[in-house]
Amino acid sequence: MNLLWLQSGGCGGCTMSLLCADSSDLLGSLADAGIRILWHPSLSEESGAEALELLAACAAGEHPVDLLCVEGALLRGPDGSGRFHMLGGSGRPMIAWVRELAARARYTLAIGSCAAWGGVTAAGPNPAGACGLQYEGDTPGGLLGSDYRSAAGLPVINVAGCPTHPGWVVETLMALSLGQFGSDALDALARPRFYADQLVHHGCSRNEYYEFKASAEKPSDQGCLMENMGCKGTQAHADCNLRPWNGSGSCTRGGYACISCTEPGFEEPGHPFVQTPKVAGIPIGLPSDMPKAWFVALAALSKSATPRRVRDNAVADHLAVAPAIRRTGLK
Amino acid sequence: MGERIVLGPFNRVEGDLEVHLEVAAGRVAAAYVNAPLFRGFEHILRGKDPRDALVLVPRLCGICSVSQSAAAAAALREAIGLAVPANGELAANLVLAAENLADHFTHFYLFFMPDFARDAYAERPWFAAAQARFKAVRGTAAAEAVPARAAFLELTGLLAGKWPHTLSLQPGGSARAVSAAEKVRLYALLREFRRWLERHTFGDTLEAIGALDSIDALASWAAARAPASSDLRLFLEIADDLGLARIGRATDRFLSYGAYTLAGRPLFARGLWQPEEATVTAFDPDDIREDLSHAWMRGQTRHPWRGVTEPDPDKDGAYSWCKAPRLAGQVVECGALARQMVDGHPLARDLVAREGGSVRARVLCRLLELALVLPAMESWVHALRPGEPFCAHGPLPDEATGCGLVEAARGALGHWLAIRHGRIASYQIVAPTTWNFSPRDAAGTPGALEQALVGLPVDDARVPLAVQHVVRSFDPCMVCTVH
Repeated sequence: MNLLWLQSGGCGGCTMSLLCADSSDLLGSLADAGIRILWHPSLSEESGAEALELLAACAAGEHPVDLLCVEGALLRGPDGSGRFHMLGGSGRPMIAWVRELAARARYTLAIGSCAAWGGVTAAGPNPAGACGLQYEGDTPGGLLGSDYRSAAGLPVINVAGCPTHPGWVVETLMALSLGQFGSDALDALARPRFYADQLVHHGCSRNEYYEFKASAEKPSDQGCLMENMGCKGTQAHADCNLRPWNGSGSCTRGGYACISCTEPGFEEPGHPFVQTPKVAGIPIGLPSDMPKAWFVALAALSKSATPRRVRDNAVADHLAVAPAIRRTGLK
Repeated sequence: MGERIVLGPFNRVEGDLEVHLEVAAGRVAAAYVNAPLFRGFEHILRGKDPRDALVLVPRLCGICSVSQSAAAAAALREAIGLAVPANGELAANLVLAAENLADHFTHFYLFFMPDFARDAYAERPWFAAAQARFKAVRGTAAAEAVPARAAFLELTGLLAGKWPHTLSLQPGGSARAVSAAEKVRLYALLREFRRWLERHTFGDTLEAIGALDSIDALASWAAARAPASSDLRLFLEIADDLGLARIGRATDRFLSYGAYTLAGRPLFARGLWQPEEATVTAFDPDDIREDLSHAWMRGQTRHPWRGVTEPDPDKDGAYSWCKAPRLAGQVVECGALARQMVDGHPLARDLVAREGGSVRARVLCRLLELALVLPAMESWVHALRPGEPFCAHGPLPDEATGCGLVEAARGALGHWLAIRHGRIASYQIVAPTTWNFSPRDAAGTPGALEQALVGLPVDDARVPLAVQHVVRSFDPCMVCTVH
């Protein structure tokens, strides 16, 4: 399968993240899966006129494009002209190239939350007119329109995340290449379900603190980040704590809140990212599939039952109290 | 009458770049550098909670996101008035150094060297070795260097949760304390990367590379080794054959904000190298101005404290989204060569004294930093004290200003933050490539790259390789530039 990768209004971080894949030979594994890189802006030899000729041949259908990966938001500004991102050397806006190539592609993938929803590039007043390939925030549409289907009949596959996890990209590409990925592999926002059917909360190393509502109060505390520090791990769709980042990391393991970067509109949460909005001392953003009253009752109960070890460690940056060793008679 | 060439899309750089050349008699007579992408981060940040900068600014750039975090954290630190505990400084330095070294490494293996494996060089004596090693996507270097880089960046998984786009760098230090067991793992990761570099990149110890103190010492080192014995040795062979020491000279005026500070002392010094006096002088951040005369931006030439970012896509005479920063009115170059010149590394000083700031000097100084910084990282890991604080805390003021000056891999990065009524009133960013790839200023003076390209041979108007080598020797980061 031929893979063509384009970058527009993003930071290039999804490519940089991809190169951190925990594979002994990333490029070799892609080749093994039958994926041939036609062109990638960071990896390929062809520059300038050579690259433009290649893209033009793809747009004309002379080279089949099986996997069109777009990284970065699509910039429609100013005034719908697309001039905020001209493809270098071509004199044409990138959005024109993307429309043309997407019309040919067998599968079209939005790599990262910018290409999926607009992402951080669409934050604030959205000065560049950024949108995603098939969404603008959580509204279907985007650059290609909600009716768009690639040649294989699928909508844009939103491999969302900021950046997106290398495993999400590699596994999506490989599954497509192996013919093991159909419409039932996508969730309601067209994200691959293999990671989007999980919550960041699953496997969180701070789980014991969560159970007892033993909460961090400031950056570097070890406690649960939900109550005060803005963490949305109980609502964010991703497997970040089941599938580590860069060996053994995740945002919550790194000492900071999940900002739900796989979700549309995460860039404008309506509150400071690292602060939990509350009403009458109770966080607004509680776990989505649990009645609020139950949550409040359980939290009150668990807080009153919090062991000293958990309570003290929650507000320290290192293990202040180790678990007790007790003779229980059980071996 | 000269010919006009437009080069783009310029790949194997970070972000979007287009270069216009006026060519006369087969040589570049004038160059115009355009960054054809605008996102508008300085607008996005305005009106937000100041802490939100820590989430948003890393997303300026996926390749130097930690540098952006570090600059934002430093600006907030100055605004809040915090003193960072030793552990916090060590951890933040480690994360920043990991990114900067990974950047040098990525640049060498994936962005810069593949051009020497192009068919145009098929007749050169070193071509077979260069092609086997550095061919884009298919060479052995891509297969081996990508996983070595990924393994090295596991440091950032431990110290920062993830890379790119961590939030662990805080105004008061690091939100990620390191345990005693993790300290050992960090050390093991550093040693693993050291082994890779010593085996493949250098074919020698890092200490031996760091101690090369002159062009002559470098030449003797090379003479004692076969051209294909290491990647550095092969680069030197290619550089000699193609005369890479004779191309790509800009102003030879070098700026460094100083890097990796511990207890007030930077590992690499801060200052400005002045070619006229051949010496380093202190520089005053108040001497910075951003000139907008040839950028698609409205507004006057101003210091970043009073700067604005108002796009004007139809402006006459403009040809880039990049502003033109000047230091006391002068064009300066930043990056690894600049850092080593300002810090006084004898090899860097000898290279510039005898050859000027060239393609070879830039690439050598990046490799030199791999050899100099990794041992420093090992010592920082040793100095971590688990159980002691990693982060200081303090309330955000309603009214304050803060400036964060750090060194990204590509050089001097500055953030200028003003807080009014508890919100971001102004946030201005001057990224390293903004210095190096700036357009002309109001006096018509071209930016550093624009100067470095003049005089180069253009033997193939489709793929002028000398031009590509010079452009890539700066390792431009255009997404930062235009933010």
